[in-house]
Amino acid sequence: MTEKHHIIQVWFFVGVLLLVYGFLIFASGLAEWSHPPSTVLAELHAPVWWGGLLFILGLTYCIKFSPARKS
Amino acid sequence: MIAMMASTAPTTLVHLSAVDLGIIAFYFALVLGIGFYLKRFAKTGEDFFLAGREMTAWVAGLAFVSANLGSLELLGWAGSAYQYGILAAHWYWIGAIPAMVFLGIVMMPFYYISKTHSVPGYLQLRYGSAASALSAVTFAIMTILMSGVNMYAMAVVMKVVLGWNINFSIWVSSLTVGIYVAAGGLFSAIFNEVLQFFLIWFGALLIPILGLIETGGWKGMVARIQQNFPGQDYTHAWSTLGRFQDNPMGMHWTGIVFGLGAVQAMGYWTTDFLVVQRVLSAKDIRSAKMAPIIGSFFKMAVPLIVILPGLLGLAVLPMHLVPASSLQPGQYSYNEVLPLMLARYCGPGLLGLGITALVAGFMAGMAGNVSAFATVWTYDIYRPFLRKTAPDQHYVSMGRWCTLIGLFVSIGTAYLAMGFASIMDYVQALFGFFIAPLFGTVLLGMLWKRVSRAAGFWGLLAGTLSSVTMFTLMKLDHRWVRVFALSPNAQGLAQDMYQALWSCVTCVVVTVLVTLVTKPRPDEELKGLVYALTEVAREEHTSFLHRPMFWGVAALAVLVVLQIIFW
Repeated sequence: MTEKHHIIQVWFFVGVLLLVYGFLIFASGLAEWSHPPSTVLAELHAPVWWGGLLFILGLTYCIKFSPARKS
Repeated sequence: MIAMMASTAPTTLVHLSAVDLGIIAFYFALVLGIGFYLKRFAKTGEDFFLAGREMTAWVAGLAFVSANLGSLELLGWAGSAYQYGILAAHWYWIGAIPAMVFLGIVMMPFYYISKTHSVPGYLQLRYGSAASALSAVTFAIMTILMSGVNMYAMAVVMKVVLGWNINFSIWVSSLTVGIYVAAGGLFSAIFNEVLQFFLIWFGALLIPILGLIETGGWKGMVARIQQNFPGQDYTHAWSTLGRFQDNPMGMHWTGIVFGLGAVQAMGYWTTDFLVVQRVLSAKDIRSAKMAPIIGSFFKMAVPLIVILPGLLGLAVLPMHLVPASSLQPGQYSYNEVLPLMLARYCGPGLLGLGITALVAGFMAGMAGNVSAFATVWTYDIYRPFLRKTAPDQHYVSMGRWCTLIGLFVSIGTAYLAMGFASIMDYVQALFGFFIAPLFGTVLLGMLWKRVSRAAGFWGLLAGTLSSVTMFTLMKLDHRWVRVFALSPNAQGLAQDMYQALWSCVTCVVVTVLVTLVTKPRPDEELKGLVYALTEVAREEHTSFLHRPMFWGVAALAVLVVLQIIFW
């Protein structure tokens, strides 16, 4: 995709998005750990593991598709 | 119906926390930032309108499937799953996959080799100005009207779900889209669609995961549905399609196979420029062939985040949802099943992610509409009919202005829809008038070199007029439903399928008849445009795993397995 224009790959932006969202959701999950919201299955603490998953995926994409990294 | 939904909504469905608002705000900041970043790369016409033709198969494939994955699509089909059960999944399976594979394997080489900028552009090369102008003008008008109607519908959803002011939703989201598409053209639209793809999956996937945990898996869900709705079958895709009266859709398997699979889906996925434009941005012909096939695998999986939440709604929601037309205060409509399920399982943070996915879906859909409109207006109306020779830079400027003008016309349509709610249903119906006959015209043009210019135009016109006539007659007098849709039990979706089928048949018959009495074009004018006169690169020396044909057959095999599992 970047052959002609040398544009930062879209996957890097996907990584940034997932990284930031993962962090925010993971942090809010931890903050509400002792008093979870009144949603169904709140005891599973979905924000913690889902946020963690997004964060790891985002970090992987950011590193793999970093503009600073030469392909 | 949407307006009715807004007026009778009990209270807002969900309340956002600070972290949810932060997630939404970050999305807006990111897409605007990307738009400004990409502006420097959108200099030539090919950059602005076709993203430089340098997208990989994966990026073009994800954008191709995302352009169709708008938030209204998600909300609407989740609602249809609640109303009709797993029958709604046909629109993601037989109603998409064969058409996507067909586009990749059969049609893409012609679009790509002819170097056309658009579908009307192909018609111009194959049939001349008359057929191209008919297709371009109808597409441009319908695209912009649809964009406005969707804009209003989404603003109403935001009001119902979040309590947001309708004017605020319309102006903030549409101005954001206008800025980043006018800046980066199709580059921006495609980047945003890829972001949206990830957002929708990660925002919605938790609903089926947690839903299946709550119900104890698929079997537990089916048992709960049977308990809540005794005597009704919501979980079989084909076994109830033997007779019109055996399923709530009033559908027969012939409508699904021939009306949906063979005509309407083929028409939409292979000739609607909104989706085809994404594939035309691919960097080479192999990527262009692979892009829709890659998209087909993701499309097949979409029922997991759209249809399954609707079915889970039948199993776990304490209240019964109702049609929007009979909504009373304190009740919820079918279209609200996805936000209800989101509110059921998602607390702060996750809720923001789910809402951002909906907002992103809406914005990406709108970006798709305005970028396709700008291309068709500039290349298929303005350049051939108003200003034939101008520097490339002039057409890029025209594209940028068209993006903004198209956006403001869309906003105007949104306010028109606010005043006359019924206009929405008619605009959506209008869009369907052109797709099925267009497929007949394009396909015959690609496969049969004998088809003449006049035949292409008259076939397209006759097919479109027959579609309009059938629609009008069925609306005016219900007795016509038995004639065209083969049963008085046929509901709206079933009527649409048969209307598409007969309009395509009309188009093909008229095209063939006119061809037989008119003079064909010389072979040398049709090189690269029709099957018999086009040299498509063979793939004998490519490894099996890199051949689009292999993956196309694999997609069809997975589709068959899914049908057997959910028979």
